[in-house]
Amino acid sequence: MTNSIPEIEDADCVFVIGSNTTEAHPLVAYRVFRALRKGAKLIVVDPRKTQLAQLAHIHVRIRFGTDVAFLNGMIHAIVKNNWQNREFIEARTEGFEDLEKMTQKYSPEEASEICGVPTDAIREVARLYATSKTSTILYTLGITEHSHGVDNVKSLANLAMLTGHIGKPSSGVNPLRGQNNVQGACDMGALPNVYPGYQIVTNPDIMAKFEKAWGISLSQDVGRTIPDMMDGLIDGSIKGMYIFGENSVESDPNIHHVRRALTSAEFLVVQEIFLTQTAQLAHVVLPGASWGEVEGTFSNTERKVQRVRKAVEPPGQARPNWVILSEIGRRMGLKMDYSSAEDVFEEIRSLTPSFAGITYDRLHDEEIQWPCPSVDHPGTQFLHKGQFTRGRGLFHAIAYRPSEELPDAEFPFILTTGRRYAHYHTRTMTVRCPSLEREFPGPMAQIHVRDAEKLGLNDGDSIKVASRRGEIVTPVKIGDTVPEGAIFMDFHFQEANPNWLLGTSLDPVSKTPDYKVCPVRLEKHPTDGL
Amino acid sequence: MDYRFVKTTCPFCGCGCQMFLEVMDGKLIGTLPVKNAKMNQGKLCIKGWSAHEFVQSPDRLTQPLVRKNGRLEEASWEEALDTVASRLSSIRDAHGGNSLAFLSSARCTNEENYLLQKLCRAGFGTNNVDHCARL
Ligand code: SF4
Repeated sequence: MTNSIPEIEDADCVFVIGSNTTEAHPLVAYRVFRALRKGAKLIVVDPRKTQLAQLAHIHVRIRFGTDVAFLNGMIHAIVKNNWQNREFIEARTEGFEDLEKMTQKYSPEEASEICGVPTDAIREVARLYATSKTSTILYTLGITEHSHGVDNVKSLANLAMLTGHIGKPSSGVNPLRGQNNVQGACDMGALPNVYPGYQIVTNPDIMAKFEKAWGISLSQDVGRTIPDMMDGLIDGSIKGMYIFGENSVESDPNIHHVRRALTSAEFLVVQEIFLTQTAQLAHVVLPGASWGEVEGTFSNTERKVQRVRKAVEPPGQARPNWVILSEIGRRMGLKMDYSSAEDVFEEIRSLTPSFAGITYDRLHDEEIQWPCPSVDHPGTQFLHKGQFTRGRGLFHAIAYRPSEELPDAEFPFILTTGRRYAHYHTRTMTVRCPSLEREFPGPMAQIHVRDAEKLGLNDGDSIKVASRRGEIVTPVKIGDTVPEGAIFMDFHFQEANPNWLLGTSLDPVSKTPDYKVCPVRLEKHPTDGL
Repeated sequence: MDYRFVKTTCPFCGCGCQMFLEVMDGKLIGTLPVKNAKMNQGKLCIKGWSAHEFVQSPDRLTQPLVRKNGRLEEASWEEALDTVASRLSSIRDAHGGNSLAFLSSARCTNEENYLLQKLCRAGFGTNNVDHCARL
């Protein structure tokens, strides 16, 4: 996030796009409710009538996967009506002319044609967003989990720079990061192209720094991304895999493909707290200590580094992960003789400029957001104040591209997936929290009433959902949460996991799979219930 | 009765709510929101309120497992760790570091993620490390 969560409540306009905030980020939703009470205007862009959409001043019920067309329509309206922030564009950005030229093709009429949003709504949303004193954008996987996710994100950045709604309190572009430490895993360089602190692996000076610190020569080749690794296992270019705390079999799209990949591995190690479906395929399973049993830190979605602490002992012979990883490192001849998690953190800060000023001692009584370059630095509440990381902010002129796989006569419905309030991903953890299991015990797909009538379905009936990859059976709930022609499913339940159906269309840049648009066919399933 | 509170961060979503784990006689019995944390100000969602429950599940792995004759069997730490190091090294020696791949975890701590990417890069000479931020 460029801003902090508490700042949301002081925004004059909150623009939520592709985020089911109340279910996925409850404590962010709470700040949106506070903002509403303080008089903010709320705009929700989502094909589904989510809980937040029902509270919005304007709910933009966009067609699936047409975000770029809608956002370009907004940009067109802003420029046409002179609602842009000229000073900001001149002082802080470049490439505005390209953007202006490209978006000429997206008058509200033309954009409306593609995204299905009435022209008046496009203009009104553009006006509210652009002319409010502070406007903040919140987005999640509804934006990124598309075969054109990077285009979506760049279009949001265009909008923020065009109006100058960035680099000040309560104004910014804020991705809400899903998992507890997805921010931290990125910060720590668990990515194929960067070392900790986003220091790029192809830069010789950076490489030299890490070679010196770790006492070994390193590779200058950018590594492979997860989908590419899975393909590599199948074509034999990757032979061994080490999976740490990740249930790939149930969370990656297209389960057949992932199973085939992992069973092709010559050697597979899984370090886990439960014997997940992924761990069951391993040659060696290493039992790690869990949250609650170890010391360490997480970075939340606001870039705030926070302590986790040990409260109880791990069960049986399970060991802290830092101990296990160091043991293997030592066997590989590395100097990894840490005495504690804090010791590891000290090494991190010595090599990561944005973490240099953070210490366990300071975290004891301070809340610190990186970048924090020195011990007397207070941390950074919001990013891009006065200047962007690259100097001037660059506009990207982006044309709308349809999703890779579109509905046709054989597969006429659009399947879209998401999560539920009480659960978390593949439920490895939440299935073992009895209170959460009671709250939402089984899968339930949602479809529109008119589609239900056409298919002769009642609430609770079972349907068969088929795509080009496979089919699953699930009970349905009928209503108007999803628009006609669509079906929503969560991915928490193995027996009805839509990942069996999804394809492998990827964003060409980020390699994020498309979890949000997949054509399917629906049929009533003969046996009642499951 | 030994009763303690341990301050920590919720393990579920990226909000990062601050909570106390309640510990009684060496067992986790509940969570409580930290009232003066800027982010959550004394609140947790239902996931945070139930976070302690999975930790002590009877399904937890408690012993290393090594596959022998097609089945995962209990093994000592020495055997498991030696097997991992020797099998991964022999693949690297035969086919190069880029024939190995490492998946890290968005659920685990910064320290653990740091060590996993270090093990991958320094131990095996490849940048084939990723995690599910994309998923
Ligand atoms: S308590 Fe709920 S909102 Fe807070 S971090 Fe945990 S899961 Fe997220």
